[in-house]
Amino acid sequence: MSVVFLVLPLALLVVGGAVLAFVWSARSGQFDDLDTPAVRMLHDEGASSRPPESRDNR
Amino acid sequence: MPTDTLRLAGASTPAQTRAVEAAGCAHCSLPVPAGLVQAGAEHQFCCTGCHTAFAILHEHGLDSYYGFSQRRETPVQASGRSYEEFDHPTFASLYVHALPGGLSRTELYLEGVHCASCIWLVERVPLLQTGVLRAELDVRRSLAVVEWDPGTVTLSAIARSLDVLGYPPHPFRGVARADMRRREDRAMLVRIGVAGAIAINMMLAALALYAGELNGMDAGFTHFFRWVSFALMVPAFAWPGRVFFTGAWASVRTKSLHMDLPIAIALAAGLVRGAINTITGTGPIYFDGLALLIFALLVGRFLQQRGQRLAADSAELLHAIAPSTARIVEQGAIREIPAEALLPGMTLDVRAGETFAADGVVVLGQSTVNAALLTGESRPASVHAGEPVYAGTLNVEAPLQVRVEQAGESSRIARLLYQVEESARRRAPIVQTANRLAGIFTAVVLVLAAATFGIKASFNAPHALDDAIALLIVTCPCALALATPLAITVAVSRAAGNGMLIKGGDVLEVLASPGTLVFDKTGTITEGRTALVRWVGPAWVQPMVLALEAGSSHPLAEGFRQAWPTLGTPDVTDARHVVGGGLEGTIDGRLVRVGSPRFVAAALVSTSDTMATALRAEDNIGRTLTPVHVSVDGELVAMAGMGDRVRDDARGALEALRARGWHTVLLSGDAIDVVRAVGASLGFADHEAIGDASPEQKLAFIERAKQRGRVIMVGDGVNDAAAIAAADVGIGVQGGAEACLATADVYLTRSDVSALVELTDGSRRTLRVIRRNIALSIAYNVVGASMAMFGLLTPLLAAILMPTSSITVVLGSWYGFTFPRKDRMSWRGSLTGPAAPQIMERAA
Repeated sequence: MSVVFLVLPLALLVVGGAVLAFVWSARSGQFDDLDTPAVRMLHDEGASSRPPESRDNR
Repeated sequence: MPTDTLRLAGASTPAQTRAVEAAGCAHCSLPVPAGLVQAGAEHQFCCTGCHTAFAILHEHGLDSYYGFSQRRETPVQASGRSYEEFDHPTFASLYVHALPGGLSRTELYLEGVHCASCIWLVERVPLLQTGVLRAELDVRRSLAVVEWDPGTVTLSAIARSLDVLGYPPHPFRGVARADMRRREDRAMLVRIGVAGAIAINMMLAALALYAGELNGMDAGFTHFFRWVSFALMVPAFAWPGRVFFTGAWASVRTKSLHMDLPIAIALAAGLVRGAINTITGTGPIYFDGLALLIFALLVGRFLQQRGQRLAADSAELLHAIAPSTARIVEQGAIREIPAEALLPGMTLDVRAGETFAADGVVVLGQSTVNAALLTGESRPASVHAGEPVYAGTLNVEAPLQVRVEQAGESSRIARLLYQVEESARRRAPIVQTANRLAGIFTAVVLVLAAATFGIKASFNAPHALDDAIALLIVTCPCALALATPLAITVAVSRAAGNGMLIKGGDVLEVLASPGTLVFDKTGTITEGRTALVRWVGPAWVQPMVLALEAGSSHPLAEGFRQAWPTLGTPDVTDARHVVGGGLEGTIDGRLVRVGSPRFVAAALVSTSDTMATALRAEDNIGRTLTPVHVSVDGELVAMAGMGDRVRDDARGALEALRARGWHTVLLSGDAIDVVRAVGASLGFADHEAIGDASPEQKLAFIERAKQRGRVIMVGDGVNDAAAIAAADVGIGVQGGAEACLATADVYLTRSDVSALVELTDGSRRTLRVIRRNIALSIAYNVVGASMAMFGLLTPLLAAILMPTSSITVVLGSWYGFTFPRKDRMSWRGSLTGPAAPQIMERAA
């Protein structure tokens, strides 16, 4: 049972990682437009315009 | 998004198969007018716009566009403008951002964006124009972000290639505000995400603690879980929870009661008490409840804000459509200046296909003007020197020179837009009621908590502070805060699945109880295009009429073509077109004349017996319909009544609405006789059918009607925009101008009148769900507060009870029946129908 003293902080670390990933994706604008990408991925062939490197300064 | 939306042509829909059989346009699949069919050609086109777009796509190897089953089904209506103002330095300073590396970026509002295939097409622009690095479309807002290298390509060239594909671009004038919003949205989303993550993990720790409480757990583990909860609580307060403290502080400083205040007090009290209990190792810690509370409140707030935003967007797009620059004639030379710099007395040079930038009087030239934007009349009217023209209307035929009389803010369209914005601002949303309610709630809770603590402490009752905190926590307006926005969000998304896009919750409230429903006639009650409504005469005449009309672009000819799409046409010789009269030609050696009664009567020898009787009986044709007579070899053999057909379900839907207590009124810019006749057939009394109404008069009518009660305006034209915005709820219907829909509160993607019955019924049911939610949460709060005050509730129990009340509200909102449940995205499919917004006609 005392393994929980080790596992719980580890689990919280993983959660921290997930939260950071979410914060990054939200701040880089990945949730700005939720409709278009859902459709865009169905147009399969390449040659599409690529996402920009930084959208923060828009 | 259902995956079958983009099925390949191999599995084409029945509708498509039919279109192909009927030799549909190779680009937009609409039927090709008989006069434009190219015998023997591989591809047929309904118009030159489609032909050009097809050729460009083919040339660049983009034929796979035609593989999408859900693609644009409206003819390409390129404006054919040069867009040279897009290269002007003033334009650049207003709308273009410089990017590092010498690149430029701008946002353009595109007309005619309807469906998934539009994304594909717009984002292929970099392949069409070298120098364009990126084109990205936000399909919901019709906004395209374009990045290009100014050294290689000009913005006007990019604009032209978008135009040619059928997406006339306009500068997007709300960039600064959109940027601000985007930042706000992102921050909000981050707060919600972080609060959610913390709340869920807190729940896991709480579960262990509650289980331990029941089954016994080592004190060491209990302490550990309590300290973990405390450690999680600190970031939840410092990051997502901070907004409540800033809000509460603002509320204190401005001395106004705000919902943030008791939340902040409860959060602070809970945190302090929990922290003390954690350190001392006794008593409950509240942290799980607090974390969940922060999360739930943030979600409720987010939903609410989004609804309000959509409503505030209103006039923005209308602005985007008015012209941004104008050409003036100065000492014989033509110079381009921004529209803002126009002054009365200047002379404008307006080419065919361009929009007037200011109100003025024609000084040189003669042309026709499409004033659909102002009057809703989509048939161009001719203008000569000395006659007025208005900003925002379209010069169709020939170049004109116009002396500016009113420019900028004082032009007719600007005043109309101003009224639109004013009406939007004045509107008081349901949110205000909710806020007032929350303010009262706040005051009551604070007083009760203080009283509980004060009285109990003065009598030295045990747990005085515990009871006060339990009260603050158990009564947290969590359920109350969620009740309205959640029910509204669920209803709005279900309504969207049924083809009704609703912009805000206040709309549902107004639609829930009966008031006055004002209908525009053209395009709302009627189909909005010229159709063959009556035909009196033998069938053998029909192919002859069609043969003569085949080459004509007149709206009446279009009506005949639509009525008889499958008839074959005989050859015509000596075809002649008499302006303002009709058509004449020889078919099989017989002279056929089709046109106005006067034109046909001029060469009339006799009238067939059936026609003589019909003429006496049919006084209807001529009063409400445009009559067309047909003579063969001098004998009147047939007549047709052309008009705007009343929608099939209009009568039934109107009766259903009246049965529900709505007072219905017909308000139209059409001639009073026509309006009364149409109204009479639909059960409108004469005083309920108002004709000859200008946009300003429509607005005045709505304002007057509002003094007597709630007014709902249903319309389609931009000429209705002010009336739609002024009404308590404005409803735009499909086929109406895009700009009008931007000002409406409800946007019907379906064109049937029955949608209004569903809309009002659904609103009534939604309001019932909201009331039930509020009643539940108030009942819960009253019971909870009483229990806490009488010391029946420990803070621990309060923290457990608190989320259950929110869950009840969530379940109630989700399962409450409002609008029939359908696929969330299916409205987009219905947008691809043959909608021909008037704005697009302007660009034709």
